[in-house]
Amino acid sequence: MTQILFKDINKKDLHTLAVYEKTGGYQSLKKAFAKEPEEIIEMVKASGLRGRGGAGFPAGLKWSFLAKDVFPRYLCCNADESEPGTCKDRELLFKNPHLLIEGMILCSYACRIQTGYIYMRGEFQDLSDIMDVALEEAYAKGYLGKNILGSGFDLDIHTHLGAGAYICGEESALLNSLEGMRGEPRMKPPFPAVQGLYAKPTVINNVETLCVVPYIINEGAEKYAAIGTEKSKGTKLVSVSGHVKKPGNYEVVLGTPTREIIYKMAGGIRDDNKLKAFIPGGSSVPMLRADQVDTPYDYESLQAAGSMLGSGALIVLDHTVNVVETSLRLASFYMHESCGKCTPCREGTRWMWQILNQIQAGTGEAAQVDKLVDICDNMSFKCFCPLGDAAVAPVASSIKNFRADYEELLEKMTAKAV
Amino acid sequence: MFAYSEEAEKKIEKILSKYPEKHKQSALLPLLTLAQRQEGHVSPDAMREIARRLDVSPAYVQSVASFYTMYTLGEPVGKYTILFCINISCQLNGCDALLDYTAKKLNIKPGETTADKKFTLRREECLAACTGGPMMRVNDTYHENISPERIDQILDSLK
Repeated sequence: MTQILFKDINKKDLHTLAVYEKTGGYQSLKKAFAKEPEEIIEMVKASGLRGRGGAGFPAGLKWSFLAKDVFPRYLCCNADESEPGTCKDRELLFKNPHLLIEGMILCSYACRIQTGYIYMRGEFQDLSDIMDVALEEAYAKGYLGKNILGSGFDLDIHTHLGAGAYICGEESALLNSLEGMRGEPRMKPPFPAVQGLYAKPTVINNVETLCVVPYIINEGAEKYAAIGTEKSKGTKLVSVSGHVKKPGNYEVVLGTPTREIIYKMAGGIRDDNKLKAFIPGGSSVPMLRADQVDTPYDYESLQAAGSMLGSGALIVLDHTVNVVETSLRLASFYMHESCGKCTPCREGTRWMWQILNQIQAGTGEAAQVDKLVDICDNMSFKCFCPLGDAAVAPVASSIKNFRADYEELLEKMTAKAV
Repeated sequence: MFAYSEEAEKKIEKILSKYPEKHKQSALLPLLTLAQRQEGHVSPDAMREIARRLDVSPAYVQSVASFYTMYTLGEPVGKYTILFCINISCQLNGCDALLDYTAKKLNIKPGETTADKKFTLRREECLAACTGGPMMRVNDTYHENISPERIDQILDSLK
């Protein structure tokens, strides 16, 4: 079992610099400083590493898009982890903060960045305290600050806490929030690589993405690229939650059958119930049926199956669930989290919630299911940012794959009326 | 009148040093958070004070503060704020019944504060502890895999 990010995750006191160094921590820096920054970018490109936050954009390519010769540049680590079902970054930050710092140093060196921010969701005060201690240790040891390890390279990293808003995980909303504004998304272009934080070229990467970089520098791009499938390279942290016997974060080689993750790693379904549905990549991706459980867990295969790998949150539903209730809960979430900036998202999320509420409460009517489909069509790709599409995913997929659940509730109602 | 505590002032100095001088507005959320922690809410006076320090208008501070769920602009919250995750992974593992249990125990509805101002109970969207659901967060502490017994233990231990 290949373990890159979780190799030493349960080692005692891994969060301290002393123990982290004993596991080989910060060894990549000297290797990196011996190369030109552009060589590091080429290595990350060659490794095939893709963003682990949700969009899956190739990390090295993202770094290479920075506007030429414009300084200062910034690195923002997206630690806003708010996607329902996802809790992998929390475990990394809690148990291994130095791995992120090391990854951020490598990225900053490669992209000639001298200031980095770790944007954490407001509820992560405990993790921010842990990270502040880790940063202090790194400064004291000369891994941060001026002239790191005599390389002539300077870097400062700071923590920054949000204050409760799912939308701030969207990169441009995150930048607005970090600048002290409402966390509403920005128009793109310009993309952050051209005008990001303080209108300067900015790299934004998820915690997990940055945590992979030390391995690539230490072991080489080829070794990383040899793990996984042809197009989905490496490993992915998967948060398995819901109706499984052993919920938890598991490091999975991309391409592993989803069945193996649910039934082997997570111990199978609770009470040995039957699997009904699973959401492979967090609440923002379409849910799939039990008969699709052999789909390999990688970007391409999940997409071909009609869903997405997303943030790597595998949510498992057993046969006792009526998915209308699940859709209603997620619709309520997206309604709450819609920032209100654009009409289709603001109005659409509320409308979907109203209808689902009626169906669930037994006051709906059959035509409303098609109305939901219609609303989904009118929101898809028409919202200002991806939150609108995210809100559509659970509702549209639940109707497509489990229409019988809707009809069951509606029939009960008709029976009552007669 | 609102004034930051001495302890908060020390933190503010450190916070302001994180951002470029001409972008000190970046400190807006951290300063709001300190005010919220100090007084249990963000009062109009606190917003004026933050506006003065960061060279923005009080109305602007309010527009930002009202966007984020962790700031309370109305009555102050209790000594302990219980955020009860009600999102999908916790729901699948029975959080609704536990929320009802907690509300009954405290004799309040979600969204309310107990008469003695000790507890505020809130429904909360996903808190990123999905593999440990059902879960709740009491002030800054996460409690995972909770049950009625654990809830009793936790709440009874808080003075």
